[in-house]
Amino acid sequence: MGLDNAWWWKMAADDKLGIQRCLGCLTLRHPPRPMCGDCHSLEWDAVEASGKGSICSYTVLRHPQFPGYEYPLVIVLVDLEEGTRVTSQLVGCEPEDVDFGLQVEMLIQRDPDGFKLPVFKLAGSA
Amino acid sequence: MPISLKDEAAIAGIGLTDFSKQSGVSELSLAAQCIKSACDDAGISPGEIDGLVTYTLDSSDEVEVARAVGASDLSFFSQINYGGGAAVGTIAQAAMAVATGQASNVVCYRAMNGRSGKRMGQGVSGDISSSDLIHWSWYTPYGMLIPGSWIAMVANKYMHRYGVTREDLGRVAISQRNHALRNPRAYGYGKPLTMEQYLNSKQIAEPLCLYDFCQETDGACAILVTSAERARDLKQKPAVIRAVTQASSRGQEQMTSYYRDELISLPEMELAAKRIYDMSGLGPDDIDAACLYDAFTSEIIMQLESFGFCGAGEGKYLVREGALDVDGRLPNNTHGGLISEGYIHGMNNIAEGVRLIRCDSTSQPEKAVEHVLVSSGVGVPTGAMILGRG
Repeated sequence: MGLDNAWWWKMAADDKLGIQRCLGCLTLRHPPRPMCGDCHSLEWDAVEASGKGSICSYTVLRHPQFPGYEYPLVIVLVDLEEGTRVTSQLVGCEPEDVDFGLQVEMLIQRDPDGFKLPVFKLAGSA
Repeated sequence: MPISLKDEAAIAGIGLTDFSKQSGVSELSLAAQCIKSACDDAGISPGEIDGLVTYTLDSSDEVEVARAVGASDLSFFSQINYGGGAAVGTIAQAAMAVATGQASNVVCYRAMNGRSGKRMGQGVSGDISSSDLIHWSWYTPYGMLIPGSWIAMVANKYMHRYGVTREDLGRVAISQRNHALRNPRAYGYGKPLTMEQYLNSKQIAEPLCLYDFCQETDGACAILVTSAERARDLKQKPAVIRAVTQASSRGQEQMTSYYRDELISLPEMELAAKRIYDMSGLGPDDIDAACLYDAFTSEIIMQLESFGFCGAGEGKYLVREGALDVDGRLPNNTHGGLISEGYIHGMNNIAEGVRLIRCDSTSQPEKAVEHVLVSSGVGVPTGAMILGRG
């Protein structure tokens, strides 16, 4: 963790998906960075995303298989309804069922060591 | 003082080691060997080298290389970041140094035990402290650890939007493999690739399969840049640098520029294209052959659009017409490229660009090759250049 990203992971630890917001011009930005590229303000806070969005793009990772991950691994790029994008994992979905434009919802996945990771599932799925 | 790099510098020598999966020697040894070879090619002594440029990813520092090859005084040395995005950038550095008198004989090199030593696909890890490592931290917890995973996200969106098929990617892989069949240095030498083999190969990061990926190679390549004027007096026909640029565009990330409006084009390549066409006064119709960066097949089709050889979404038609083949509109990676010759991080594509200008490729097109386009890594801060006859 560094000074520019630790807050996001702390929000995840509190079961929240964070989005950085510029306090100068209220622009949302992700991934976070210390200065607003539009108004150059260094002041920012974070809003909690609704967790709802749609699949902008995806890939299914099959090889090489690294320890600690379950394959095939469905990775999604999600257009959040707030307007920013986030890269994450789609869980509980067979690779053949993922598609562009599908609605998704965020949930928090807890690793055995307690580390929490915001991931997504298809909207309305269990 | 020149106000443009147009025609100021030329590539006077190229040097390559053998390519293998296990070189059995150090990367510094590979670097020294390819640099000596480039000097021999040009007919100069390594003692005349006064500038060195490499990649930040290269393990052989300039001064170690200089000692190894017996260079004397160096007045210019620099390193370029962003993996394969550095390839043409090293030439841009060298050309600027030559044009401004910082150095006279600049060697750009990349030496890597890319298979037996540090492999590119082994994931990113380490203490999170630099901006670069924080960047990767948005991807690695989810399992996006290898370049193919990062590129697949863009390739999938692009293919979905424009109806590009796996067969189209296969056509790129097979075209380059066919070139490699004639190149004894190439990994693909003597190993034909059929569409059936392609379609049945292992899926790695959908939509990309095994044959969409470049090789992992032990080897090295050096490019000697000097003034266009001096190059004309050396041993080889010069490949004059008509234009060269680096390019990174708004919203650029390293491999994961996912947060721009659309993922169906390569804005940094479009920037590179505009700059080299403006600088050279040339356009897509003037380009006779290309060595487009090809870590992955999908990148070739997208670049055909970036560099204006066709409109958006039309790259697939050029590929289906056989444009990339040796007798096509734009023979591409006639040595086999990173996919079928070997992966020296794009430097070997520059060497092939020079061979095409010298009429010295193992797959030399029958038509006259006046101008060759060479590009750097795709999906990263990149660059491009046009080489011409001198």
